[in-house]
Amino acid sequence: MTPAQPPSLDSSQTQPSCSATPASANPAQCGSCAPKTSRRDFLKAGGMLSLSSLMGTGALMTHSDDAHAAAEWGEHFQKNYRLMTEQEKIEARDRLQRRYSAEYGKPVSVDITGAQPGVLMGYALNIRKCIGCRRCVHACVAENNQSRGTRPGEKIEWIQVLRMERGKFEAEKMDHGYPEGLGIQVGGNAYTPAGQVLEGQFHYNPEAVPEKDATYMPIACMQCEKPPCVKVCPVRTTYREGDGPVVIDYNWCIGCRMCMGACPYWARRINVTTPVLPKAEMNPVTHYLGNRPRMRGVVEKCHWCLQRTRHGRYPACVEVCPVGARKFGNLLDPESEVSKVLERKNVFRLKADLNTFPKFFYFYD
Amino acid sequence: MKALIRFATDYVSYVLKGGMKFYAWMGALALLMVAMLYVFYLQNTEGLIVTGMTSQIHEGLYFANLVFLVGVAAGAVTIVFPAYVYHHEGMHKVSVLGEMLAITAVIMVMMFVFAHMGRPDRLWHMIPPWGIYSLSSMLGWDVLVLTGYLILNIICGFYYLWCKYTGQPINQRWFIPLVFVAIAWALSIHTVTAFLIATMPARPMWHHTVMPIRFIATAFAAGPALIILIFLIIRNTTKFWIEDSAIRLLASIVTWCLGIAIFLTFSEVVIELYARTEHANGLYYLMFGLHGLTRLVPWFWSAVVLMIGAFILFLTPAVRNNMTLLPIACAMAFTGIWIEKGMGLIVPGFIPTPIGEVTEYFPSFVEWLMTLGIWAFGFFILTILLKGAIGILLGDIKLGGQSAVAN
Repeated sequence: MTPAQPPSLDSSQTQPSCSATPASANPAQCGSCAPKTSRRDFLKAGGMLSLSSLMGTGALMTHSDDAHAAAEWGEHFQKNYRLMTEQEKIEARDRLQRRYSAEYGKPVSVDITGAQPGVLMGYALNIRKCIGCRRCVHACVAENNQSRGTRPGEKIEWIQVLRMERGKFEAEKMDHGYPEGLGIQVGGNAYTPAGQVLEGQFHYNPEAVPEKDATYMPIACMQCEKPPCVKVCPVRTTYREGDGPVVIDYNWCIGCRMCMGACPYWARRINVTTPVLPKAEMNPVTHYLGNRPRMRGVVEKCHWCLQRTRHGRYPACVEVCPVGARKFGNLLDPESEVSKVLERKNVFRLKADLNTFPKFFYFYD
Repeated sequence: MKALIRFATDYVSYVLKGGMKFYAWMGALALLMVAMLYVFYLQNTEGLIVTGMTSQIHEGLYFANLVFLVGVAAGAVTIVFPAYVYHHEGMHKVSVLGEMLAITAVIMVMMFVFAHMGRPDRLWHMIPPWGIYSLSSMLGWDVLVLTGYLILNIICGFYYLWCKYTGQPINQRWFIPLVFVAIAWALSIHTVTAFLIATMPARPMWHHTVMPIRFIATAFAAGPALIILIFLIIRNTTKFWIEDSAIRLLASIVTWCLGIAIFLTFSEVVIELYARTEHANGLYYLMFGLHGLTRLVPWFWSAVVLMIGAFILFLTPAVRNNMTLLPIACAMAFTGIWIEKGMGLIVPGFIPTPIGEVTEYFPSFVEWLMTLGIWAFGFFILTILLKGAIGILLGDIKLGGQSAVAN
C-alpha cells in the first residue's frame, strides 16, 4: 500500500486561505475580512500539531493481517481517554489507525490534537435565513461517518431540521379548537399553531424548499456550558473539552444511555448495531474524540467537527450551508464571526430555562 | 471453618433434593434461562437492534422491570421493619425470608442492568480502581446503594441462618444495628432509583418531586403483595407454617400503600391535565394516546382497573382475611403496579421526545424472552434461597443432624 496523506486536511495546511474562505453565499458576510485573519491565528497552532499525528500512518498500514484482533484486544483494556498519558494516547491512536486502515482498506488517520489555549468554540445560526434544505444534515453524515443503513436505528443523523408552521389566523377558524375549557372560555379564538413545531413534522419531504407555509429550525448538540449529559454519565466518558465541545470517548462508553435521557435537545444517538459505513464513503480524516468510526452499543453526537475545527477549518455544516445561515468561531476572539453575531444581533439560546447555557446561539436579522 | 463447609454442603445437598414437582419447576425455569442466554448472546453480537429500542425511546421493558424490581427489593423491608422495630412475633419468625427475597430482587435488577446496557462487556469501567466511579451520576449512586443492599441482606440473612444452623445465639451487638442499617438502606435504594429518572428536566413526565414517595408507596404495595403470595405458597407446599397475623399485617400494609399510590397517581393526573401544558404530553399519551398513537392506552387503563379493584378488595375485610381470596387481590395489585410503574412510567417519558417527535415503542420478541428469562432466573434463585432458609428454620438442616429430605 502506498503511504498516502489524507487529502482534505493536507490542503487546508498548504493553503490556509482556503479554509478561511467562508462557504457562505451571503455577500454581506464575505465583505468583512477582519475575522479571516484572526480565526486563522487561533487555529494555526492546531494545524501544526496535526502534522505529527499524521506521520507514520502509511507505515502502520503495512501489516494488517491480524491488526483487527490485536487492536480490539488492546482497545478493550485501554483507559479512559482523559486519564491517558501522552504516550498512551499515541498508542491508542496507532492501534485505531491500524484497525481502521485494515477495515476500510485505505489509510485512515486518527487525530489526537487537544484543545488549543485561548479558544472557546461557539456557533450561531440565523433562523431567518434557513431554507430547510437539509444540506447540513447530509454533509454532516458524510463528514462524520454516521451509520447509514436502512433498518430502523441504522440511519443516524445528528442534525435535525424542525419544520415550524407559519400559521394563518382565519375568520373561518373563529371559535373552534383550543381552548375548550368546558364552556368557560367561549369565543374569541381562532386557534392556529403558528410558530409551533407540530408533532410528526420532522420528516418533512417537500418538492422544493423553502415551503411557503413553513419556517425551519435546525438543531443539533448545543455543546452546553453546563451539560446535563455530562453530569449523569456514570463512567465520565462524556465530558467538555477545554475548547468547549462536549465529546465522547467511544471506547469507554458503556451504552447505559443516561446521557440520552438527560439531553433536553435530543442530540444524542445510540448505535443499536454496528454502524453501516460503506468503505468507499468512509471519511479517513478522523479525530479520536470526533468522527472516527464508532462501534456497536455506544452513544454518539455532534462534536463540531473536531477533526476540522482544531485545524482551522469550518465544521462541515457551516461549509455546506448555501445561505450562510451558520456561523462558527472563537467566542474569546472579539473579531470572530460568532462574536460579531453576539455583539450585533438579537440572539437566544434554546430552552434557556433549563440552565444548560448552550454555546449554540440562534439569531435573526 | 469446618462448620462453615458443613453448612455449605448441608445447605446445597438439602436444596438439591426434591420431588418430581420440584425438578419439573426448576427444569422449566432452567429452560427459560437458556433462552435468556441465547437472546443475551444475540443482543451482544447483533446489537440492541434486536430490541424495540431506538434513539427516540431508548429505555424500555428492561428498564421498566429494573425500576419495578428495585421496588420489590425495597418492599422486603415490610417484613423486617415490623419484626425488629415493633417486635411482631409472626413476622420475626419469617423475617429471613424477606431478606432472601431482597437478595433475589437485587440480583434480578443487576441482570436487567446487564440486559439494558449497550456494552455490558465494559461494565468494569464503573468499578474502581480499573474504572471510574462518578459520584455526580445518579446511576453511579444507584449501583452503590444496590450493591450495598445486596451485601447487607446477604450478611443479615445468612448470619441469621448460620446461627439457627449451629444453634449458637445471635450476636445482638452488631446484628441488630446492621438490621436497622438495612432497613434505612432499603428506603435509599428506591429513593435513588426515583432520583435516577426524576433528575432529568429534559423528561417532564418524570421531573417532579412526587416521584420518590410514589416509588416507595408502590414498592410497599407490590413488594408485600408478592410476599403474601409466596407465603401462601410456602404454607401450602411445605411444613413451614406462617402465622395468619404476619399475613394480615402485610395485607394492611399493602392496603394503605396501595391507597397512597392511587392517590398520588390521581394527584398527578389532575395537576398535569388541568393546565395541560406540553409537559403533560407524556401522560396524555399514556392515558389517551397522542398524535394517533395509542399503544399504551390499554396498558394504563388496565393498570387503573387492577389497582383500584385490588384496593377495594383489600378494603373489604371478607377478602382481606380470607386466605383463598387474598391471593387474587395480591396478584391484581402486583400486576397493576408492574404495569403502571414499569412500562407505564418509563415509556411515556420518551413520548414525545424533547424536540417533540412522537414515536412508539414495541418490545420485541427478544425483549420478552429476555425478560421472561430473567424472571425465571429470579424464581430459580428464590426457590433455592427460600428452600434452604425454610429447611434451616424447620431444623431439617442442622449442624450434626441427619440430612433430611424436604417435601
